[in-house]
Amino acid sequence: MALTTTDVARLAALARIALSPDEAAKLAPQLDVILDAVAQVTEVAGDDVPPMSHALPLTNVFRADEVRPSLPAEAVLAAAPAVEDDRFRVPRILGEEQ
Amino acid sequence: MSLMPYDEVLDAYEPALGLEVHVELNTASKMFCGCSTEFGAEPNTHTCPVCLGLPGSLPVLNGKAVESVIRIGLALNCSIAKWCRFARKNYFYPDMPKNFQTSQYDEPICFDGFLDVEVDGVTYRVDIERVHMEEDAGKLTHVGGATGRIQGADYSLLDYNRAGVPLMEIVTKPVLGTGAAAPRVARAYMTQLRELLRALGVSDVRMEQGSLRCDANVSLAPRGSDVLGTRTETKNVNSLRSVERALTYEMQRQGAVLASGDRVLQETRHWHEDAGTTSPGRSKEQAEDYRYFPEPDLVPIAPSREWVEELRATLPEPPEQRRRRLVTEWGFTELELRDVLGTGSLDLIAETVAAGAAPAAARKWWSGELARRANAAGVELDDVGITPGQVVELQGLIDAGTINDKLARQVIDGVLAGEGSPAAVVEARGLAVVSDDGALAEAVDAAIAANPDVADRIRDGKVQAAGALIGQVMKAMKGQADAARVRELILERLT
Repeated sequence: MALTTTDVARLAALARIALSPDEAAKLAPQLDVILDAVAQVTEVAGDDVPPMSHALPLTNVFRADEVRPSLPAEAVLAAAPAVEDDRFRVPRILGEEQ
Repeated sequence: MSLMPYDEVLDAYEPALGLEVHVELNTASKMFCGCSTEFGAEPNTHTCPVCLGLPGSLPVLNGKAVESVIRIGLALNCSIAKWCRFARKNYFYPDMPKNFQTSQYDEPICFDGFLDVEVDGVTYRVDIERVHMEEDAGKLTHVGGATGRIQGADYSLLDYNRAGVPLMEIVTKPVLGTGAAAPRVARAYMTQLRELLRALGVSDVRMEQGSLRCDANVSLAPRGSDVLGTRTETKNVNSLRSVERALTYEMQRQGAVLASGDRVLQETRHWHEDAGTTSPGRSKEQAEDYRYFPEPDLVPIAPSREWVEELRATLPEPPEQRRRRLVTEWGFTELELRDVLGTGSLDLIAETVAAGAAPAAARKWWSGELARRANAAGVELDDVGITPGQVVELQGLIDAGTINDKLARQVIDGVLAGEGSPAAVVEARGLAVVSDDGALAEAVDAAIAANPDVADRIRDGKVQAAGALIGQVMKAMKGQADAARVRELILERLT
């Protein structure tokens, strides 16, 4: 599995990380090493070992539908870089509506 | 934008529908935290480290939400997954402070179902591909610019109260073979889905508040082709009637595009309720890359078959069966049922009957006068401005002879204008039928005196001529008289 600099540039764009072409070229082989290391797992795990997304053998962990106190709005907004009308103020959104 | 006449669209093309419906569940707390889901609270007062996506916080799934979604799936004849997971849908947009939405991707909890909907006595089966769980996003307000839309805005404001509210998405398979009825099938699907969700008690299903939302997809294929055309997805469709209008418009627009030799672009379009048109939004020519992966902070869901069967036992009567039972109980004809379904008034009639009105009276008001008023005002029948209890009161006033049908329409004017209950409107507007025979007798005598020829004909036995005199008396009384009593008084005098 060889990552190209194009793959890395695309991943960086999706993750909103600014990478120069030089940096992408430098990171591609390094990420390859990481992916190869993780890929070794597939060599050990046979068909009898299903892929898992969680370390614990648990299912159905549910919470009762009960309202608990929220944080005070002042505390929530205190961490915001900009606030207006008790709302988070964010810069103009480029691109289109989701 | 040129449009093709609707009939010509159907002559040349066959539409395929697809409906993606989002439903906010009516749980007390959010999907993954204990914050309240109350609508309309002060901004940012229902948030916590989990729904704000603060580092180190961990989500725990709301069991009631899972229960609600399984019940919805069962009511839609779906299979329930034996094992499924949540996934992260990664995107950068400030409506989700986590930079991802916790959703389900390739392992929906419910799949392969259907809902049979009825339009003009014809039943259409809408196949359901999947029902999955996710969470709602925060609410953005765009500031600056002329339209309040994102284009031209200077900046945006965010309220995260809605972020993390339990949401589920119901996705249909392509709905084929509906022909000219396509937009009405879509509307009927939404109407009947709403009835079902209401009967399940899992959501407020208020389209204008956003607890029920519809993205309407449609594509056109040349008649006889077995390949689907390119579809558009119309958003911002916030009422049942706009589902029908938006799809009709899109079919006519796409027909004109295809007829001119162009291709339909795969894109999101926005519905504009006032203009009755759609405009292009995001292009979907390139598939989005959301880099979905299984959510590591939540463990899998494995609903036991026993639990699923327990939930199945709590389901309300299936909608089709309920419709049949109610119209039989109420003694409605097939044609009357079509009107009831067409106007989306079944639940309102049921509530009105439950509150004490006769079924025929409840139907007369909801499927007739009130449906017309709602249509003229461009609002949903539910929001027309009168409650089932008030309709019972209105009919009670008629039955008691306090008002007649004509005055009842004026009483409705008053109730819809916010003047209070029917009795209060009758009082305030002085609308009661005049039962004082003295005033009536005077008007009758005056009418007879003014029309001696008519009076003579009645004396000669031509009783049907009384109609002319009754009309005059009613006019003199400004409609506030009981026509039957007027007739009695006239005949007493002349026969």
